[in-house]
Amino acid sequence: MSTTPATAPLAQEGRLRSLADFYVTTMRTAVQEQFQYRAATYMYLVGMVAEPVIYLVVWSTIADESGGTVGGLTAGEFAAYYIVWTLVRTMNIVFTPYGWEERIRNGQLSGQLLRPLHPIHYDLAEFAGGKIPWVLFYLPIAVVLTLVFHPTFDIRWQEVAVFSVAIWGAYLIRTFNQSALGLITFWTTRVGALFQLYIVLELLLSGRLVPLTLFPEWVQTVAWFLPFRWTFYFPIQTLVGDLSNAELLGGLAMQVFWTVVGVGVFSLVWRHAIKRYTAVGN
Amino acid sequence: MNTVRVALLHLRVGVMNDLQYRVNFALQVLQSALALATGLIVLALVYSHVTELNGWSQPELLAVLGTQILMGGVIRALIQPNMMRLTGDVHQGKLDYALTKPVDAQVLVSVREVQVWQAVDIVLGAVVIAVALVRLGGDLGVVDVMAFAVALAFGAVMLYCFWLLLATGSFWVVQMWFLPELFEGIFQTGRWPVGIYPDWLRFGITFLVPIAFAITVPAEALTSRLDWQTLALAGGFAVVLFAFTRWFWRFGLRNYTGASA
Repeated sequence: MSTTPATAPLAQEGRLRSLADFYVTTMRTAVQEQFQYRAATYMYLVGMVAEPVIYLVVWSTIADESGGTVGGLTAGEFAAYYIVWTLVRTMNIVFTPYGWEERIRNGQLSGQLLRPLHPIHYDLAEFAGGKIPWVLFYLPIAVVLTLVFHPTFDIRWQEVAVFSVAIWGAYLIRTFNQSALGLITFWTTRVGALFQLYIVLELLLSGRLVPLTLFPEWVQTVAWFLPFRWTFYFPIQTLVGDLSNAELLGGLAMQVFWTVVGVGVFSLVWRHAIKRYTAVGN
Repeated sequence: MNTVRVALLHLRVGVMNDLQYRVNFALQVLQSALALATGLIVLALVYSHVTELNGWSQPELLAVLGTQILMGGVIRALIQPNMMRLTGDVHQGKLDYALTKPVDAQVLVSVREVQVWQAVDIVLGAVVIAVALVRLGGDLGVVDVMAFAVALAFGAVMLYCFWLLLATGSFWVVQMWFLPELFEGIFQTGRWPVGIYPDWLRFGITFLVPIAFAITVPAEALTSRLDWQTLALAGGFAVVLFAFTRWFWRFGLRNYTGASA
């Protein structure tokens, strides 16, 4: 790399453009792949939808049995929560630590390291591309859920705007958290148990299981200081809840904060991890 | 008789094979403990807001949870691994090796794989059920326990049939990687008594995916709310489903032309 100062900005621009090209191409490929195996993808999605439907049924039953509301939420509000939940969850699907485990165990990473781009770009682009067909597949499911469970919505345009940004914030936070966790496979190829622990924490403290307001006060306080709630509860609440404009923007700021933390932790661990890497296989 | 011997032999080899990997046991214990902890927290959360859910008290729902964990262990130890191997073999053209053996093919494809450490959930589920029974006061008769065991056996047969029906589908649809996720998702409905679900869903997880028969019905036996008609219905449905599954498997085999050779 010997660039003279005169051409440096040009080179910089070229690099950005080729990075953008890379993203567009990878995303396009991912879209086509998902459509190609649409039946399998759809079945996977149906399995995924079982989770919110169960939560929804349980909590609306509880709301009905305790005189209409539980924790201040009605059955219709639970329905709204879990229908938006499903969209957020769809956006939240990222490359998992199991993927890193596989990639390191079978030596696939060696080839990826030879490329000029960090492998995380590939993961980010591929899963981002997958979102387009996934959200399309989600739409009929949302219609069915709406017809069956009668959600109550009260949406302002500012909320829609913030929501459409917040789901990408959630995507970034979750990608970097899980990738940092995935890097542990540089030290051990058994990441399953640790990942499970992460998922349990997320389940409880993100709003994935229930709206956080149903938890005791102290749990809500703990959740506020952790990244999880910004990947589920916040994006869902932007549409479903009654947040003021200040709260909406504050939430986005928190998402930026946790994305930066995630990138920081990931790059730090990466620098140590990559030094230990000895290739297996091709 | 010979078929039974072959089946048992396969199971033994499978068990011995899996027992070599001891670390997997520790990891499985950890994962099962985490899953149980989550289930208990959810129950505690629900019952911090209500005293009864659809007529079920907290210890009664604990019995449901235990039954679901136990049944999940049975499926993941014995049923699912065989069925995923079946779909994989069809995909890679290796099923012919099983079909050319002089034993009943359905038996053979159902006993080739065991994941022993998944049985941790069977033990854990039994422990949870025991705790639930103690908290319920323990006036459980011998008849109830027998009804529980019988209902559990019916349920296991039905879930096996359901899995084999899906796996037989791989004769036509080759891409089947989503099956475990799909089943796991639907199986989670069993955490709750089937009565809380809306009618269409209750019908679905009773007759399309026999989860109600496999979990709620045995749990009803434990909580003294099972009547004989329900148990008889479960038995009848298990027989019908088994016969249908056998027919469908043979039908699939007739249409199977093999991928290798």
